Amino acid sequence: MKTILTTILLVIAAIIIGNSAFTVDQTEQVFITQFGKFVGDPINADPENNEAGLHWKTPFIHKINRIEKRILAWDGPSTDMPTRDKLYINVDTFARWRISDPVTYYQKLRDETSAQSRLDDIIGSATRDRIAAHDLIEVVRSEKNRKPAVDEALIAANSNLGVLPPIQYGRQVLSQQILDAAQPKVNTWGIELIDVRFKRINYKSDVIAEIYSRMASERMQIADRFRSEGAGEAAKIIGKKNRDLLQIESEAYKIEQEVKGKADAEATEIYAKAYSSSPVAADFYKFVKTLETYQNTLGKDTTAIFTTDSDLFHLFKSIDGKKDKK
Amino acid sequence: MTPPPVKKTIIIDGHQISFNPRWLIGIPLVLVTLYGIFTSFYTISPESVAVVQRFGKYIKIEDPGLHFKIPFGVDKATIVPIDRQLKLEFGFIRPDEDNNVTNPRQVSTEPDKERDMVTGDLNAAQVEWILQYSISDPYQYLFQLRNPGSTLRDLTESVVCEVIGDRTVDEVLTIGRTEIGIEALNRLQDIVSTLDMGVTAERIELINVNPPGPVQRSFGEVNRAQQERERMINEANGEYNRVIPKAKGTAQQKISGAEGYAFQRVNEAEGDVTRFRDLLAQYEKAPAITKQRLYLETMSDVLPKLGRKVLLDEDAKQFLPLMNMAN
Repeated sequence: MKTILTTILLVIAAIIIGNSAFTVDQTEQVFITQFGKFVGDPINADPENNEAGLHWKTPFIHKINRIEKRILAWDGPSTDMPTRDKLYINVDTFARWRISDPVTYYQKLRDETSAQSRLDDIIGSATRDRIAAHDLIEVVRSEKNRKPAVDEALIAANSNLGVLPPIQYGRQVLSQQILDAAQPKVNTWGIELIDVRFKRINYKSDVIAEIYSRMASERMQIADRFRSEGAGEAAKIIGKKNRDLLQIESEAYKIEQEVKGKADAEATEIYAKAYSSSPVAADFYKFVKTLETYQNTLGKDTTAIFTTDSDLFHLFKSIDGKKDKK
Repeated sequence: MTPPPVKKTIIIDGHQISFNPRWLIGIPLVLVTLYGIFTSFYTISPESVAVVQRFGKYIKIEDPGLHFKIPFGVDKATIVPIDRQLKLEFGFIRPDEDNNVTNPRQVSTEPDKERDMVTGDLNAAQVEWILQYSISDPYQYLFQLRNPGSTLRDLTESVVCEVIGDRTVDEVLTIGRTEIGIEALNRLQDIVSTLDMGVTAERIELINVNPPGPVQRSFGEVNRAQQERERMINEANGEYNRVIPKAKGTAQQKISGAEGYAFQRVNEAEGDVTRFRDLLAQYEKAPAITKQRLYLETMSDVLPKLGRKVLLDEDAKQFLPLMNMAN
């Protein structure tokens, strides 16, 4: 009987101890309620002070409520919204937040699902406001003074390329503005926003067709330019070829004629000197040259008519050939 | 008035076995003890460490090896692979031969949306990239953020999108690819350290960067045109090289020909003149007879070559017009 009693007492003690001791994980903050009322300060709520470990409470009466201590993620739905320059874009934002005041958080929101949906509303509308107040380029770009690297060949073909449209604020300023706008609202729920960022930004499908056709026409322009450059360069080379060809040929002709002319002149001079050395020489030259000419010019298609008074055939008439000589 | 111990017997297969009801308490005790022993030991593989919490509170980090912990939920050891290089993939899913992705945790869930990027000159590009990272501080990794993995994923996408938003489409596609990876990595590392996420971003590498599908043809066209331009220039240069050296050679040939002609002309003249002088010297010795001889020699040479020869009496010259000259 004694052992049974001991066992029962031990079990009761165990239940009481089990209900008074509780652990607080490194990752959570805990506050205690008593019939729905808050008791004492939240445990492990201060990020600087690690109060995790074993803790005690009044059994049965005190109820523990566990709330996340780590930084939480909010991943917004991707939403279509217009920019100030009336372009519809699809914006996807995300944020990091933490529960800074677990009691307020618990009182106002109860659980994380409702917190996430409040964040959807608050950050969503802040984003919409900021996007609608700025041109698309302000969301896309961030560094105001960035000078893009350029491909000289492409720039030469189309000077619109390689240029980043100027911005006044940029993406980081816009996300800071969203954070500033949302922060006071979420603070009232015991939430602290750490950052809000744009995850992606995309053109809506009806804008994209226009973008594509602009890109395509820009590229076609470059392609045309390259082709025309090629044809122009080729024409230049062919032109140079023709010019060089004419120059080479005409220079050769010129030298050829000079050389020949000089030779002709020299030959003429040689002949003239020899033939005009004396009247006898001149006379003899005439004679020899005439005979040579006969030899070179007369052939089988020549019909020659001689008369008997010629020097060659005068013997035909008289033996001494002097019959009629005056 | 203690009752004697109750001895009960049960019969199994005809054997009588004595049964003590205290055993009913003893058996669970043994089981619990065994369970405690088996769950008190754990091993940590060489690339990992374990973060140990007691009653939820962080107490220490254990190095690889066999370790002891207090069982029954008092100690909790979370193994974190700090030396393993981890990877996240963005904008693509590459299944292996069996159509399975290698590591479902590292691939993207919506690659199509991740891939599409708006560039700083308001063009569009499709970018696929990877992030390599490792866990550098297991304490921060476990306790700072609830979803460090998905947060790192979101942050990476955000910085890459931001960096590409500051580049022209040509920088993204060609000239600035590596620089984009470096810049995005710097920004990501800044954010990650500010958030104390306990991870180190090691590398962001752009894998495939393409113009969007509908404009790919136009971008290809630019390359083709560039090739065509080179081809046209090369062909023209080829034509030049085919023609000009040949023309130079031909010109040289003509000049040489002319020079040859010059030699020939002068030499011939000199030859002619020498011959004439020699002849003249003989002629001067006996002019009349030499003249006669030369004349007759020539005539005897020429006359046989003539086609038709007509000899006419000097007194019959008047018949000449009557002759049929046409053969």
